[in-house]
Amino acid sequence: MSKERIDPVSAVAEKDSVGWTHVAKLRLIPPEKPLKLELGGRLAPIDIEYETYGKLSQDKDNVVLVAHALSGDAHAAGWDADATENFRSWRLNKPGWWDSIIGPGKAIDTDRFFVICPNCVGSCYGSTGPSSINPETNKPYGMSFPMVTVEDWTEIEGRLLDHLGIKKIHAIIGGSLGGQQAIEFALRFPDRVEKSIVLAATPRLSAQGLAFNAVGRYCIMNDPNFNEGNYYEGAKPDKGLAAARMLAHITYLSDEGMHDKFGRKLWDKTDFEGGFGIEFAVESYLDHQGRAFVNRFDANSYLYITRAMDYYDAAERWGGGDLVKACSKIKCDMMIVSFSSDWLYPPHECKQFSLAITANRHPVTYVNVPSPYGHDSFLVETESVTRLVKPFLESKKESE
Amino acid sequence: MKDLLSMMRAFVSKSMQFKFDPALKEIDLAKILKDGSLPVSGYDDDSEENANCERWQDKVIENEIREGSSVLDLGCGTGELLERLVKHKKVFGQGIEIDEKSVASCVERGVAVFQADLDEGLKGFPDGSFDYVILEETLPTLKQPMRVLTDMLRVGSRGIVSFPNFGYWKIRLALLIEGRMPITERLSAPWFNTENIRLFTLRDLFDWAQNEGVIFEKSFVLNGKSFSHLSDRDNLLAEEVLVVLKKNNKEKK
Repeated sequence: MSKERIDPVSAVAEKDSVGWTHVAKLRLIPPEKPLKLELGGRLAPIDIEYETYGKLSQDKDNVVLVAHALSGDAHAAGWDADATENFRSWRLNKPGWWDSIIGPGKAIDTDRFFVICPNCVGSCYGSTGPSSINPETNKPYGMSFPMVTVEDWTEIEGRLLDHLGIKKIHAIIGGSLGGQQAIEFALRFPDRVEKSIVLAATPRLSAQGLAFNAVGRYCIMNDPNFNEGNYYEGAKPDKGLAAARMLAHITYLSDEGMHDKFGRKLWDKTDFEGGFGIEFAVESYLDHQGRAFVNRFDANSYLYITRAMDYYDAAERWGGGDLVKACSKIKCDMMIVSFSSDWLYPPHECKQFSLAITANRHPVTYVNVPSPYGHDSFLVETESVTRLVKPFLESKKESE
Repeated sequence: MKDLLSMMRAFVSKSMQFKFDPALKEIDLAKILKDGSLPVSGYDDDSEENANCERWQDKVIENEIREGSSVLDLGCGTGELLERLVKHKKVFGQGIEIDEKSVASCVERGVAVFQADLDEGLKGFPDGSFDYVILEETLPTLKQPMRVLTDMLRVGSRGIVSFPNFGYWKIRLALLIEGRMPITERLSAPWFNTENIRLFTLRDLFDWAQNEGVIFEKSFVLNGKSFSHLSDRDNLLAEEVLVVLKKNNKEKK
């Protein structure tokens, strides 16, 4: 959020930076063997873009899988050495999205752990998604892309681990939609994970969360350029996507946080200009977020990923609606962290999830971090997150 | 002072099994308080061994808890007890703690900790989900002590409760003589910032238990000695108490 420009050359030299990074690309699912998706569709081929940091141990037992959120990508830490060549200019002055957490000596210590962060299918950062070319038509999929779900992402993560020869991971960690993957992984692959860390996420989105997503999609789908998702050759539905992002940003912050940051401050002026341009600082902030986002994100991906977020319901999937029953599948150590001002995945729901685990006589660590930064806290409360995540990752397994 | 002496003699002879030194003509209460010992025999809770034992309750609990059982520790602090129970007794241990720093210490120890306010009760914890629910030194700090007591016997088969006994003679005397809220070695905080906001005696808890059909399955006092039948003598001489509570199921039927 800082306007300050960081010089990557000196930043990569920092002792706690993973340094320059390169993306890895993999054809995980070949054209002839499509992946059967959770909701019935089939998809092939599937390409996965991922990044890794640290060194895989000889026994391949030091893997920490990092799952990204809605607008995230595989570039979780360090500085993208190929940003220019891959036309990802937004990465030139910014390290990976969780650089504060991943690195030598940091919460996810790359001196100890081998970190893998894959980009989700359906996204637009290198893994197969709606903007990829459909081999049957030689055109971008657009809305002909099959519906993918959190379950599919987790299944694909499992396949990626298979491909890398990793039987069991030390931990999976993620915030928000990434946290839902951490939940799903613990349920789907109980014998393949030792620890799961769920930040600012619940086993299902509340009605309020569904409502926000619905408005976001409405903005995109009613943009005059949307054209049923076939906009790749012409003008894109930027206005709709920007509006969706602006709304989402409100949900990522909190009343208190916005008050502290902007209050009723005016933007670049001492008095109202009149009319409906940008008058307030908070308007300028949202405008900036909207504009920046359309340069780096695909509107169709936004539709698909928010829908996956809507559909996910761990209780339904694994317990026929009964969350306690679903949680009986869990074998790994669980850490669930909520943030006091998060109204997208509110603390009381995170607590309820934790209780459902306890009800199975399974240990759980649940912490509610006091923070004014709302849902975004998992990205910005570095100190609190480090204080919890680092010892949890590095301690022995609780149930042993 | 004469009246006080005869009152105390009457009280002692009526309800206790020990006697004052018959040569004692006058009781200098201020001196007794200063010396820290009552001129009675047979109840040595001031031995050096006990003075050195900071967490005598932990030892008792470790002895009491069955191997391989499930334990919920309410107000588990930094998780030392649970860590020991997991290590030595192979229990499934879960802590509940509100303090942020203590929670972080639990995580460092590898103890599963649930951050929650006990005053909100154990809502969401299913009935009978733990063999033991422990509440060490926390009961007088709660706004809703009754709710927590009731809840712990709902969630656990047994409750283990330890608490400072405000019926302890030094506390009684200090209030009587000084006219100020007592400060003892083990209750060293002054009235304005003590965490203990609901003050009760062993007798009070016993009364509650009788009303609720809860039995004191086992009781221990500071020196680790157990007593089976509660008497006024215990209420007067026990500085700290630990009781194992159990619902009296016979009474229910």
